[in-house]
Amino acid sequence: MKYSHEFRDWEIVQSIAERIRGISNRPATIMEVCGTHTMSAARFGLKSLFPDGVRLVAGPGCPVCVTAQQDIDAFLALGNIPGTALVSFGDMLRVPGSSASLEQQRAAGVDVRIVYSPLDAVDIAAREPEKQVVFFGVGFETTTPAIALAIKTAAERDLTNFSVYCVHKTMPAALRALLASGEVMVSGLLLPGHVTTIIGTRAYDFIAEEFHVPCAVTGFEPVDMMLGIESVLKQLADGDSKIDNMYARAVSSDANPLAKKLLDTIFEPCDAEWRGLGVIPASGVRIRSEYSLFDAAERFADIIKAVPVAPVSKCLCGDVLRGAIQPAQCPLFGVDCTTSNPIGPCMVSSEGACAAAYRYGGS
Amino acid sequence: MCLAIPMRVTQIEGATAIVEVSGITRKVRIDLLSDVELGDFVLVHAGLAIAKIDTHEAEETLALLKGLTNEI
Ligand code: SF4
Repeated sequence: MKYSHEFRDWEIVQSIAERIRGISNRPATIMEVCGTHTMSAARFGLKSLFPDGVRLVAGPGCPVCVTAQQDIDAFLALGNIPGTALVSFGDMLRVPGSSASLEQQRAAGVDVRIVYSPLDAVDIAAREPEKQVVFFGVGFETTTPAIALAIKTAAERDLTNFSVYCVHKTMPAALRALLASGEVMVSGLLLPGHVTTIIGTRAYDFIAEEFHVPCAVTGFEPVDMMLGIESVLKQLADGDSKIDNMYARAVSSDANPLAKKLLDTIFEPCDAEWRGLGVIPASGVRIRSEYSLFDAAERFADIIKAVPVAPVSKCLCGDVLRGAIQPAQCPLFGVDCTTSNPIGPCMVSSEGACAAAYRYGGS
Repeated sequence: MCLAIPMRVTQIEGATAIVEVSGITRKVRIDLLSDVELGDFVLVHAGLAIAKIDTHEAEETLALLKGLTNEI
């Protein structure tokens, strides 16, 4: 795989590791904001290459993990309406709602379909006009453009049986809330490379300016991750804080203008509830009223309002997502909660911090 | 979930392109990119090309890193 394998070159990884050891031996806690970073660090065993005292903690960047229990319950409730098909990315299939997961609902006879792209869900709606097709719109800025395009396409095709239950989140607002809470002490941040292809590095300038936390926008291959760590440690050693773009082959300082235009056409900012972080102002998007026909929250408002308040779970995913605890500090970790019998979303999602720690150890 | 795979563009038709990696081909939308050409590498996520890879930049980064590796 061109532009992927070259960045897995182990000689390069080790030479960066060597340079990192030369920078400083000060302890540092670096948050890898994105779940895909969590997985990459675990999968390639990168933590073993860091100097003593340098550790990585997971952040709130696993979309599956930060989806509020109430939102999962609401989406599942829509499956009980006769004639609906629930369509989702595969990542959500096994995430437990308060009483069942999508997978369990499917086994119980609910029409659940898994797709690779939200545009596939639009095709299902076109092919099966007798079905109400509802897509679970989960994800950060990397994913929202594909959802926006699906809604735009459904509108252009005059489909009346396609809607999205939209629980999208936006990254900068969550980082602001996390840093402002003062609860989590991080020395630096690895910022999510693919989110940043859409929003541009400038979207994070406030982190350096207001919070003086060193940041590196980082890609997902081992070489990329090591370069991100090196940048953060260098900034720390120099007493510097900036948004260093270590993923320049894909990311620029400005937002992608076409993506911005598309997103602004379909969505508007709204407050959003995050598992573990609570409601964060303007940290999500909702479908604009012009497209309300495609908004499952509008179309099925009565059913969604009737969903009971989700009971409090013993799962500590919320603390894990804030970087407040490591997965192994959850009493259920590895005992009651395992990848084959997951209790919380951080154990279900392939990029959840609990799943990464359980599979690869070294949390 | 924010995984995106670099794939090479082999065909373009309007807002749709055929992309390829390791013998696997996919049809993706290229609405977000204004200047895609055959042979370009794009990052693909959920059926949409979200960014074009600046291959010049990538090669430069790699050359620099390899140079540094050889010095050690
Ligand atoms: S180990 Fe399981 S129960 Fe504990 S925080 Fe992680 S997902 Fe939740």
